[in-house]
Amino acid sequence: MFGRLCISLTLAAGVVAGPNFAQGVGDADKGAEIFKKCSGCHQVGVGASDKVGPHLNGIFGSPAAAHEGYRYSKSMTRAGDDGLIWTAETLDAYLENPRALVSKTRMSFRGLKDPADRADVLAYLRRFSDDPANIPEAEPTAIGTDHDLDPEILALVGDAEYGEYLASECLTCHRADGAAEGIPSITLWETEDFVIAMHAYKRKLRPHPVMQMMAGRLNDEEIAALAAYFKDLD
Amino acid sequence: MNINRRLFIGSGAAAATTLAAPTVFADGHAKPRVVVVGGGAGGATAARYIAKDSKGEIDVTLIEPTRMYYTCFFSNLYLGGVKGIDDLGHSYGTLAANGVNVVHDWAVGVDRDAKTVSLAGGGQVPYDKLILSPGIDFVDGAVEGWDLSAQNAMPHAYKGGSQTELLKAQMAAMPQGGTFAMVAPPNPYRCPPGPYERVSMVAHYLKANNPTAKIIVADPKPKFSKMALFQEGWAEHYEGMIDWIGEDFGGGEVSVDPAAMTVTIDGEVTNVDVCNIIPAMKAGRIAEIAGVTDGNWAPVNAADMSTKADADIYVLGDASQQGDMPKSGYAANSQAKVCANAVRGALTGAKVFPAKFSNTCWSLIDANDGVKVGATYEATDEKIAKVDGFISATGESAELRKATYEESEGWYAGITADMFG
Ligand SMILES: Cc1cc2nc3c(=O)[nH]c(=O)nc-3n(C[C@H](O)[C@H](O)[C@H](O)COP(=O)(O)OP(=O)(O)OC[C@H]3O[C@@H](n4cnc5c(N)ncnc54)[C@H](O)[C@@H]3O)c2cc1C
Repeated sequence: MFGRLCISLTLAAGVVAGPNFAQGVGDADKGAEIFKKCSGCHQVGVGASDKVGPHLNGIFGSPAAAHEGYRYSKSMTRAGDDGLIWTAETLDAYLENPRALVSKTRMSFRGLKDPADRADVLAYLRRFSDDPANIPEAEPTAIGTDHDLDPEILALVGDAEYGEYLASECLTCHRADGAAEGIPSITLWETEDFVIAMHAYKRKLRPHPVMQMMAGRLNDEEIAALAAYFKDLD
Repeated sequence: MNINRRLFIGSGAAAATTLAAPTVFADGHAKPRVVVVGGGAGGATAARYIAKDSKGEIDVTLIEPTRMYYTCFFSNLYLGGVKGIDDLGHSYGTLAANGVNVVHDWAVGVDRDAKTVSLAGGGQVPYDKLILSPGIDFVDGAVEGWDLSAQNAMPHAYKGGSQTELLKAQMAAMPQGGTFAMVAPPNPYRCPPGPYERVSMVAHYLKANNPTAKIIVADPKPKFSKMALFQEGWAEHYEGMIDWIGEDFGGGEVSVDPAAMTVTIDGEVTNVDVCNIIPAMKAGRIAEIAGVTDGNWAPVNAADMSTKADADIYVLGDASQQGDMPKSGYAANSQAKVCANAVRGALTGAKVFPAKFSNTCWSLIDANDGVKVGATYEATDEKIAKVDGFISATGESAELRKATYEESEGWYAGITADMFG
């Protein structure tokens, strides 16, 4: 499930992200102004299409050279095959100096040297990716926001037996066999990912009304218990 | 009451009851015996959870006359042509394979002193704890001119299976430009948005197959579940097709003549081609026979769904009078888990955790236009009481509505797997 992927990715990003993002996200409105420099080649937003460069909707979290129908340079394709994912960190590096990251990229842009400008452009671009206001773990807001959970909450060791009872409520909709048709799978999650996600619902950062309601009345121990139970449910 | 487990286990009186030693069974049999009557949303779930969680420590017998359970949930989608009838049928094979003794018969009597259930096919089934989840029956004389003997001329289609198929066949046979009438039920009734989802799905079908047809709804209520959402959807998708006549316009003043196929609303007689009568409801009759009803429904204790009349008889789902939860499949399934945990605790001394209940009901207004309403609940001394809730908003985007529908499909797969294993 994409949400899960997001969480894992951004947990990793949170650890290694460059200093710019650690300080927080940029100003998207300023970013819109700066983006005018890019707009000769790239479109973004409703109805955006590929021009000289590919459109940039949904860029955060996508693998490099993954957007179908656009002819990428060989080196960008290779970077994608090598596993380059457009995260806040990699996009930041690319914007700073495209060739430093992808040596023979066709993007003939010298780069934005000011970290604040890059942060602003990325803040603007993220409006057109998974909206981090809706998905707090999504790039790049995750940095700094998904870790403000009290470490004591993350450190709680859940009681799996209690979790099993509580889980029966989840299993009216979620499947015990992990199948995900219309409703995401919640089995085999890393405990920390599960706890972070449930608290994001509880704090109404994640938008889904059913989940906000269900998580809303679970206390920290109960969330830990559920995490402990679902972790091993195979 | 929002207590966590540590508190709960630690609190004297509660701990004494929940961690009490296993009951000593009167006639000295080794294993405690649970009998569940009714293999629907409440009963199948309870039987499955008790068998699964007790790991062979409890004998579980499920009494259910039908070999296939046809869900009422999603039956409106079948009427609309969005689902096939086979999508709604579920067998009891996996439950049986997982340790539930499934008996296909009607329960016709309950002897509370001898603690036995008698079956239509003869024989008695003994129990230590009896769980009744028989769903609904109809209140006699609720719609003037209609009784069960008229259900083929004017189907209710408010129990799953053949009635739903009959209504669909009648709808498909309607002449072009014909009239489909529905008599909606008074509160409380099974599935508050059910009649209105049905109106939507009938309209969806007719719009494609019989676009000049009309739908009349005679409703004894001034308002109904998700009313603003349905009315917005009807105006958007089925303009001019649906005439909802509420209480203020005489919607409660209804009589029907099944032989003549007429409906009289507030004195005005209308010839109709199809007439769907959804009468006032009451608990499935076996609850009444067991003597645990008071009026139309069976009052229960919110903490474990045991009846007020008999601590060894539990009533789940639509038949129960529990408080704020709607009569829905989701609610019955939720109540079944609380009940299963309590029954297992009472019979084997297993841990009993505090009751938590929840419900969400999805409704389809047009293909891919799904809405939902839901709430969480807790047990108080008086009733199951609502804690928190939400409802879809009017004017939502088409993408969100489509995602809501897809989510309902996920829920259907989830709850049926949860019921039948
Ligand atoms: C059109 C429609 C749409 C609906 N849509 C939804 C929805 O979208 N979501 C939702 O959550 N709910 C929905 N519901 C409501 C849902 O179907 C019921 O609330 C739910 O089935 C109640 O569960 P139950 O266990 O109380 O009864 P049931 O599921 O009706 O089960 C009762 C069972 O008991 C058996 N039985 C009865 N008497 C006896 C006896 N004497 N001996 C042995 N067996 C007996 C019956 O054969 C039946 O199988 C809908 C209902 C309708 C009519």
